[in-house]
Parts: sequence; structure tokens; C-alpha cells
Amino acid sequence: MLVQEPNSIPLAGATDVLVHWPAHLDAHAKTYLDLSGLDDLRHISWNQEALTLGARTTYWDVIQDEQCHQEFPLLQHAARQVGAVQIQSRGTWAGNIVNASPAADGVPVLMAYDAVVVLQSTAGTEEVPLNEFYMGYKQMRRRTDQLVVAIRLPRRSYAVQVFEKVGARRAQAITKVGLAMTRSSVGWRVVASAVAPTIRRCPSVERLLEQDAPVCSPDDLAEAFATDTQPIDDIRSTSAYRARVLARVAFHALQSQAPGRS
Amino acid sequence: MRRLEGISKLSGRERYVDDLPCDGALWGMTVRSPSPRGRIRSIEFGPGVEWSQFVVVDHRDIPGPNEVFLIERDQPVLASDYVRHMHEPILLIAHEDRAMCRAAVKQIRIIIDEQPAALDYRVLPASDQVQRGQDNVLKTLKIEKGDVEHALAEAAHVVEGVYETGAQEHIYIENQGMLAWVEQGVVVTQGSMQCPYYVVNALKHALARDESQVRVIQAPTGGGFGGKEDYPSHLALHAALLALKANRPVKMIYDRSEDMAATTKRHPAQVRHRTGFDASGKLVAQAIDVVMDGGAYVTLSPVVLSRGIIHAAGPYACDNVRIAGRAMLTNAVPFGAFRGFGAPQTLFALERHMDVCAETLGIDPIDLRRMNLIRDGQETATGQVINDGADRERVLDLATKHIELPERREQHATFNITHPFLRRGIGLAMFFHGAGFTGSGEVALQSRVRVAGLKDGRIEVLASSTEMGQGTLTVFTKIAAERLGIDPSQVLIATPDTARVPNSGPTVASRTSMVVGRLVERACDALLEQAGLSRDARGERVQQAIRAWHVAHPNAQLSSEATYERPPGVQWDDNTYRGDAYGTYAWAAYAAEVEVDLRTFTARVIDFVAVQDVGKVLHETLARGQIQGGVVQAIGWALLEECVWERGGMKNCQLTNYIIPTSDDVPPIRVYWMQTPYAHGAQGAKGIGELPMDGPGPAIANAIANAIGVEANVLPLTPERLMQMMDGAHV
Repeated sequence: MLVQEPNSIPLAGATDVLVHWPAHLDAHAKTYLDLSGLDDLRHISWNQEALTLGARTTYWDVIQDEQCHQEFPLLQHAARQVGAVQIQSRGTWAGNIVNASPAADGVPVLMAYDAVVVLQSTAGTEEVPLNEFYMGYKQMRRRTDQLVVAIRLPRRSYAVQVFEKVGARRAQAITKVGLAMTRSSVGWRVVASAVAPTIRRCPSVERLLEQDAPVCSPDDLAEAFATDTQPIDDIRSTSAYRARVLARVAFHALQSQAPGRS
Repeated sequence: MRRLEGISKLSGRERYVDDLPCDGALWGMTVRSPSPRGRIRSIEFGPGVEWSQFVVVDHRDIPGPNEVFLIERDQPVLASDYVRHMHEPILLIAHEDRAMCRAAVKQIRIIIDEQPAALDYRVLPASDQVQRGQDNVLKTLKIEKGDVEHALAEAAHVVEGVYETGAQEHIYIENQGMLAWVEQGVVVTQGSMQCPYYVVNALKHALARDESQVRVIQAPTGGGFGGKEDYPSHLALHAALLALKANRPVKMIYDRSEDMAATTKRHPAQVRHRTGFDASGKLVAQAIDVVMDGGAYVTLSPVVLSRGIIHAAGPYACDNVRIAGRAMLTNAVPFGAFRGFGAPQTLFALERHMDVCAETLGIDPIDLRRMNLIRDGQETATGQVINDGADRERVLDLATKHIELPERREQHATFNITHPFLRRGIGLAMFFHGAGFTGSGEVALQSRVRVAGLKDGRIEVLASSTEMGQGTLTVFTKIAAERLGIDPSQVLIATPDTARVPNSGPTVASRTSMVVGRLVERACDALLEQAGLSRDARGERVQQAIRAWHVAHPNAQLSSEATYERPPGVQWDDNTYRGDAYGTYAWAAYAAEVEVDLRTFTARVIDFVAVQDVGKVLHETLARGQIQGGVVQAIGWALLEECVWERGGMKNCQLTNYIIPTSDDVPPIRVYWMQTPYAHGAQGAKGIGELPMDGPGPAIANAIANAIGVEANVLPLTPERLMQMMDGAHV
């Protein structure tokens, strides 16, 4: 169907599309591909190396899964921060990825866990690391004939796992600044949200942490974050706030997760 | 007693205006100004729309004067050739299909020759921004007593401060909505509203009809907070104009975005204080300047300013007071009534300033307040002698006691030097709120309530006071039932339908329980006499007498009315602003404990105590709900709710970007009563509805200042603003 209708939009949850439906009249003329009948796409599967989430797996599915909680606790932390239960029970991880909001809550933790996006088309299967999936604001490495069918997360043991969401209130808020951090055998992963056109890793910060540089105050992180991000002023916050808070949240998270770094 | 309509609201069975059946109705929508100020050059109907299928109304379709009847008549129903604010209504269109109507609105282009807009009420306008008088001043008011300048010159200490508060959206849960149709020559409108007779007056005036040719019915209303005081007059006029032209019923329901963009909000305000104290900390002079943003038309701004300045000097005794108030015309969407009606703005300034003064003087802020609290026999700023027997000092003491002020201050001192990024603080505000219309307003209203005895012995209360979530139905039922000693099930409350109910005045100003409730009692007393009973008759005897009256008077109606009478001794002079500004005041002290997160500059209220003397509490659950709801609304105003402006219009008109508190942002709100009865309120009640909006703002700001040492003199204290305030300070 995606080949026949290359501009059609696959729906998995539709929690973003439907909220704007009454106001966005231009959305009414588009073609949508409803995936809600494809039960094979809704699963949480484990093998030796990886956890795989289906394209229709919801936040709620993960919240309820004990093994996810054990091995990938940030998935639950993030899922609990998405809207309220109504959205959590409809919204999907894959939908969060392809909706490509720079303020998404699911994407940063997936990226901090080195998630891989599994794309399928009539031509075959392609795998793209989530870290390389975004090319610009709402620009993705997904051909119009490809469907995201799964998300794969490698199983590792983590020494540090952090997810911080700063919204305008304690619940049901869109992220103003977000941060996901992990440290495993493959090193540090630092992912920032709502401070760039896409959710992205912060290589300068990761380098700084890999080098075990002393971090005695938020200022010691701020410069590296400034290299990695381009926060803006918008209706929800200011670039100055985003930049400062990102460094402060990261600093205090490091202090509590890995004390003695200072 | 249970809330009468509680189950139908909880279970979703209540039918609001959008749920009402209306056969053959067209959907009506509004075409609005894309510009804050300018001349309408042209209106272009775009291609691709079958315009012949639409009913289109413009200013030429208005039978009477193109004026929305309110304090002044400067606001047009539909802009004719000139617009003064963004989203000002220009055209109305109607169609059977809602989606087609919505799409068509977007195909109409309004071309404006723009003129310079006045968008900052705090600065005087440039000459090309002047649109009213010499300086865009909508209204000035002044209160003066004693010799302020002399007292300031003699004072041991003079403390100055500037305080600002922002606009606030009502966010009633139900958006504005109205139905209109014509029935045997009578224009009928039915919808969500607080004041059915305001709508009647607006329809009469602009439609050039007499009262018998218009009828207004209140539909169950999902919240108002002042937002449905004057605005429903506009919507009723719009719907009625479309219905008259289409010769069919018309339904207009705003979606949330349109509601937030186009309807009124709380007036932004800036207040300057210059305050003199003697060496002991006694107040000797208060010089207060109040400036409010009125927006593009007069609307209710003069009365909002009036209530604002009357409350500006607070519940303190001071011999020398000068309060100057000014409402400015700007090209913002007009600001309007909002719970508290000007008092929250001036009381924020005053009570934040009292903490600033205390710090300057080196006196504990609680002691400074206690020392200056008005005592029975002393005068307010307008010269009103307070003599109500209320123990104001005890109100203050209870608040400090319940918030455990000394203990928590000690705990915070340790907490704040040990926690890596959280800081705690505690703050308090002492305040008052005048109940009912200001000055001679209640006399001018001449409110009336009718009580009827029905054939079956039940009682019906007829008034135009509306239920909008605050509990009017339940409270009126309780008042009438207790007055007559009958079971509440024997009391009916008539739907506010102007074809049936007398004008008991608008449902505003914390006046319904106190003023109108008292009229319910008096009408009940009069009914007893009508039925041939003595005034102390109660219970089954009353119902028997009513049934007997109907047997003796077949086909007649047994009913009696009460009309407002000014309580003895109350005097007010509108010219000098001297005298008894309100029949009575509620007194309160609120205390907040906050926690500021230095990672994110976010302040959170973690405990809250509300102590108040509101006279007799008529229904404890509803009253507590009023207080807690008001506190939540004020927490939003203080910390979260920021209108982002673009050309005088609200830019963040979605609930994802305009942030109101969720239950998780709200602390336990502990409510305590003192109940000094008021002789002229129902059962001794004073007003309650607006009071809780006044205190939380300053209490929270004081607590934040206490926690992190910033000058928290501007609301809302969003994280972005707190970060700016903390800049320079190393925390």
C-alpha cells in the first residue's frame, strides 16, 4: 500500500494527529494507513542479545512489563511522563520516533539505549541506528515505501541510567528540556531533547565524560552542551533557560548517579 | 445535603448548550480581525466556496445601534470600518455543516490598513498611538484621606516597591456557547452564562426590541469565573443576528483556541507603593499607584479598577492614604471580569510589599502585619468604620499556627544548607475581600427574588442567579428549606429563564449567597404571610397552608417577592470615593510553603493553609470547594499561567501551551473557618467566591523570596522568570 500511495501516513496510535484534527483542516485531505489491525506488530520480545518492541507496542505495554522494568528502567520512566494514561495506552514507541518531535519523550531513552529502527518494504529490511535516523527537523531516513516494523535495543548492563524531563508542570506537559544518559561497556550516551531541531546525542559531552574530566559545577558541562545543541526561544521557553537547565540537570544527575566525579 | 445536580454532572448526563437538541440549526462562526488596529480596506471572499449556501451577517444587519450595551457603548457588536484589536469580530457566517463553516472562515480575507497599535499599558502612548482623549486613559479613580506627602516626609522609614501581575485565562471547563432562535416574534437565546439579564439588555439595545421581544435562558454552565459575565452578551447577539437573517435556529460553540484568543482575561496590572512607617513600625502613610491594562474597549474596566483600588491599601489602619488608579486603553483584546475583579492584583502588590517593608525595617513580617491590622472602630482607606466583631488578629494567628511557622522556619534553615538543589521557604498574606457590588451598586441593581407556593405544597424559588459550578442550586435550596423548616426535596429552583424569573442581579461579586440568599429568606417570609401564616411558621404546617390556599384560590398563583434594601447606616459617595465601599468584608490569612528546585528554577507549593472569616458557612463542602478551587486557580496565576502576547492577541491559546495546574501541582490545601455572622447575609453569610483568589499570589511570592532571596515582585513566577531574577545570585 505504501508503494501505491507513497505519500500516505502510517498511523500507530494517532495520538498526535487526532489532537490537532479539528483545527488542522489540511490534514483531512491526506491519506492515512491505519495499522491498528496488524496484531503481529504489537509485541515485546527478547533474545540473547536484544529486546525488540513492535511498531504498535504502546507505552502502557512497556510500563506493565516487569522485564523491561528490570533491564531498561528508563523506558518506564519516560513512558510514565507521556501525557496521561489515555495517551500512554494508545501512543506507541514507533509512532513517537516517526512523529519526530524534537520534544519527544520516548525517543531520548531509546537513543540512550542505542536503539535500532527496523524498516521494512517490499524490497526488504533495513536497519538504521536511531542515532542516525534524523537528518533535520521532521526529516528522517525512512523512504516513503518503508514501514517501521520494530525497534531493537541491545541488552547490556548499565552503570548509569538517567532520564530527566523538565516540563512546565509536573505532569501532562510538553518537554521544555529533556535529558537521557547511560553508561555501559560501550561508553557514555548523552541524549538531549527540545534543544535542537531533532533529538540528538551530545558527542562533546560524551567525550568529556569519557575523558573523566572533572565536573565540579554545571558550568563545566555547559560549554560542551553548547557545542552539541542549538536551543531556541519559542512559545514554551527560552534558549537561555534551556541551555542553563540542561547543564544543571545533567550536573546534578551525575552527582547523584556517580558521586565523586567532582 | 448533597449537591443537587452533582450526580448528573458526574455521570455525564447534564446537558450543556452543545448537548441540547436544536432541530434544523445552522452552525454559526465568526470572522475576526487579523490586526490590532486599523481601517478595514476590503473583505475578500475566496474562491472554491459556494458562498450562496452561507448566511453572512455584517454590521449592516444590526437592527439597532451597533453597540454592546454595558457601562459605556464604545464597543461595536461587529466592526464596521475600523478594528481596535486582534480577533475583533467583523463578520458572522452560518452553514448547516460545521466543517464547511470552519473551512469557509479561513477563505475570507480581511485587508486592514494598519495604524500604530498601543500595546504596553505601562507607558504613555506615542502621539500616533492615541485613540482616546489625550493619553488613552479609559478611567481614573482616586481615594484620598489625610495628608500623604506630609506623613511621608515625617516618616521614620519610607519603603518603595513596584509590583506586576499578568493576564489570566479563565479556563472554565465548558467553552462559550449559545443557541438562538426566533419563536413567535421573540428572539430567544440559550447558553452558557452568568448574567441572563445582561444578555437581555444587550439584545434589547442592539436588536432594537423591547423586553417582551427577547428571552434569555441559561443552560447548565460549566464554569464562569467572570469569563461569562459580559462575554455571553456578544455571543448571544452574534447568534441572534444570524438566526434573524437565516430565519433558522443558529448554534455557536467556540472551540478552546477561539475561546482563549477572543474572550476576556484578567487585567494585567502594575502597582507602585511608597509607604511610610514610624520608628516602631506603625503605618503612617500609603501612597499607591495602580495602572491596569483595559484593552481596546471600556467594557468592565472602570469597575475592576474601582474594586482594585478599594482593596489596594489592605486590611490595615493608616491615617494617610492616597490611591490613584488608572485604566489604559490599549489595542489588546479587552480584559474583563475575573474572580477577584481587580483585588487580586492590588492585594498581590500590597502583601508582597509588606514583606519587603518588614525586611527593610528589620521586623518579622507577621509582627508587622499584626501591629497594623485594622481593629474594630478604625477606618479603611475610604473612611469606612469597621465594626463587625471579627477577630482579625486570630485569623492571622491561626494561619501561622497551622502552617507551624516557627518550627518550619527552623527546619528550612537546616534543609537549605544541606540539600544539594532544593530550597524551602514560607510566606503569608493577610487580606480582605468586600462582598457584593461596590459602593451604591447593590442599591442601583434593585435585585428581586420571587418564591412561589405550588399546589402540591412544594416551594419554587425564582431568581436569575445562575449555577455555574459554585453551588447556587444547592445553597438556595438549603436556605429556602431551612427558612421554612421543610425538607430540601420540597424546594424547586427555577431555571434562569427571563420569561419567568425576576432579575436578581448578575451572578458575580461574591454576592449570590449573601445578597440574593438573603432575598430568598425574605421572600420566604413574605410567602408565609401570603399564605396566612405567622413568620415563625415552619414545616408541614407551611406546606398544608400552601395546599389549602390553592384549594381556596383555584387557578391563582401564590407567590411573593423580596427586593433589595440597603442595610441601615450604609453610606457611599461615588464622587469622593468616601464611605462604606461594601456592606461587609471577609477576612483571611493564607500561608504557603514552597520548594524551589535550583536545577530547573521551578517553584512548587508543598503545603497551604487558608484561614478565613466568611461569616456563617452555609454548606461546608461547597464552601471548602470554593476555597480550594480558588487557591488552585491562584497557584496557576502565581506560578504557571502566562499569556504570551503577539500584537495584542494571545499566542499560546491552546491548553498544551497555556499551563494550568494539574492535581499533581497542587499541595494539600487546609481550610479553616471563623464564622462571625453578618446580619444582612443569608443566615449570617458573607461573600466567599472571590476571596481565595486574593491571597495565594502574595503568600507564594513571599515564600519564594524567603526560600531563595529573590525579589519575587512579578507574577507569574515561571521558571524562566525566576532564573532571570536569580541571575547574578550564586545559588
